[in-house]
Amino acid sequence: MSAPAYNFAYLDEQTKRMIRRAILKAVAIPGYQVPFASREMPMPYGWGTGGVQVTASVLGRDDVLKVIDQGADDTTNAVSIRKFFEKTAGVRTTSSTREATIIQTRHRIPEAPLAEHQILVFQVPIPEPLRFLEPRETETRRMHALAEYGLMHVKLYEDIARHGHIATTYAYPVKVDGRYVMDPSPTPKFDNPKMNDCPALQLFGAGREKRIYAIPPFTCVASLDFDDHPFERYRADETCALCGADDGFLDEIITDDRGGRMFVCSDTDYCEDQRRRVRGPQAASATADRP
Amino acid sequence: MYVAVKGGERAIDNAHRLLAHERRGDSSVPELSLEQIQQQLTLAVDRVMNEGSLYDQELAALAIKQARGDLIEAIFLLRAFRATLPQFGATEPIDTGEMAVGRRISATFKDLPGGQVLGPTFDYTHRLLEFPGEAALQSTALASAPTTGEIMPRATDLLAGADLIEASPKAGEHDRVNDLTQDPLTFPAERDLRLQNLARGDEGFLLALGYSTQRGYGRNHPFAGEIRLGEVEVEFVPEEIGFAVPLGRITVTECQMVNQFRGSATEPPRFTRGYGLGFGHCERKAMAMALVDRALRARELGEEITAPAQEEEFVLSHSDNVQATGFVEHLKLPHYVDFQAELGLIRRLRAEFDEAASATGRAREAAE
Repeated sequence: MSAPAYNFAYLDEQTKRMIRRAILKAVAIPGYQVPFASREMPMPYGWGTGGVQVTASVLGRDDVLKVIDQGADDTTNAVSIRKFFEKTAGVRTTSSTREATIIQTRHRIPEAPLAEHQILVFQVPIPEPLRFLEPRETETRRMHALAEYGLMHVKLYEDIARHGHIATTYAYPVKVDGRYVMDPSPTPKFDNPKMNDCPALQLFGAGREKRIYAIPPFTCVASLDFDDHPFERYRADETCALCGADDGFLDEIITDDRGGRMFVCSDTDYCEDQRRRVRGPQAASATADRP
Repeated sequence: MYVAVKGGERAIDNAHRLLAHERRGDSSVPELSLEQIQQQLTLAVDRVMNEGSLYDQELAALAIKQARGDLIEAIFLLRAFRATLPQFGATEPIDTGEMAVGRRISATFKDLPGGQVLGPTFDYTHRLLEFPGEAALQSTALASAPTTGEIMPRATDLLAGADLIEASPKAGEHDRVNDLTQDPLTFPAERDLRLQNLARGDEGFLLALGYSTQRGYGRNHPFAGEIRLGEVEVEFVPEEIGFAVPLGRITVTECQMVNQFRGSATEPPRFTRGYGLGFGHCERKAMAMALVDRALRARELGEEITAPAQEEEFVLSHSDNVQATGFVEHLKLPHYVDFQAELGLIRRLRAEFDEAASATGRAREAAE
């Protein structure tokens, strides 16, 4: 039982080729879910295996990789995935959005605008936007084929009737290139507008569900809404307690048991950038222990 | 207070160190050897090989040890290893009719050619804890019976001879067997993919589903036509040689269920089949698999689909415990970005609710 030698970025070349074919098809049909033969990865399903397989298939030796979870580079699972690629591919990693050529993300799109040479890889738990309206794959496939999206509009309408608002706050459905309704993965709807006309290639990998889909650069991505209830972004009406930014998505942190709380940027790289800009380079490193 | 922005990396390293420490337990107690697991926890090894889809007792034992006895974790380890192995091709179909039988029972015939062979079974043991020092756990000399050398035809073949049960489907010369690990499962799924899915499926899940058919949710009137356990030869045809060469022997458990007959205006009534097969000694799994396989033939046999066990998408999409455990346990990962978005909405809804309530209050006061 000698230790097996793994290929560059873990996956064997045959598997990478299979995944790249699926990616090419996905790019050719924006928003369409392409089935692919997802492999068992050495991390659990639901923890980013789809994203990891996509990243492994597009990663080259000169790429610079950034991995975020909830917008942060130092959340445990982001650390774990980054270490996985450091170990199996030996590529350079970074926490800087600008410096990265591939960014694998869970639940956020970075605040800093992306560029043409970048690829954003989303980890997707449930790729099917219609899944909770219709559990059968055979049915949802037919609905997509016929662009039969009435059920989704009824759901959004019922939200408005019941709550006065569309009660979907994350994984908010979008229509890609005027054709396929797509699940943007559980990013807060605050991030939805960033997908529209984005210069970077956006790839979505769902390992357990065995689907890959894509938004090619500069594609029209519209959040579903109604004329009299237009899509609304949401962000807490606060500023970041660390950098003072008033335009990024904020995390709420409970500071005591008497209702005390503070808001900080969910995108840690963006937050550090803001502080560097305001107070000079020294201020940026003082992130961790805050009184 | 501590704002958890940094520190993930060190936390993970430390957690791994603690895990290794806990796994070893009290260091004054001798460490488990892989041979001990392989020899003395054979049924655990068999289950891990089955659901891990890899016939390798040594690796399964290693996985069980590394997983601290958590079999689903061990199955996961084995699957992830398996996914990195190169594929040479597919073996010839194994012939369970040629099995070197260690156990063979039929519940449908009192006696049949080859006889009933009990073999190693818990079936008729009294479930009393055998405390250390008591005789039962000690290895004793084995009983032996004269072997007749009689052939042991499958019980279902005896029925098939009289055309009382549907024929076992035969593969054509050039039929390709689909491979669940190489192509994504699509629906409707053919039986080859379904059986692969069930063979890898979680024993507990299949057990519960099989049980549900017995309790009326998709009832299919099963009889255990035959259960057999033993070694079969695995053969492979390398392209360069052009004929089959033996690769080795594996132990398998096979269950053939005999189910409710059906007929039509043109077809005479016949019993139908449900099929289960797994690596090693895995009787419970093979039986449950056969019940669920038969339930999932509802579409093919024109039966009304009324119960969960008959719902192909429901069963095949949720049978895999590696997928299931990953997705259930991923709820442990941070979700605070999404939760924040939900929190924002609920606060807004609450504010509107309070506003509306106080407006109603004001209106009532004004009216009074």
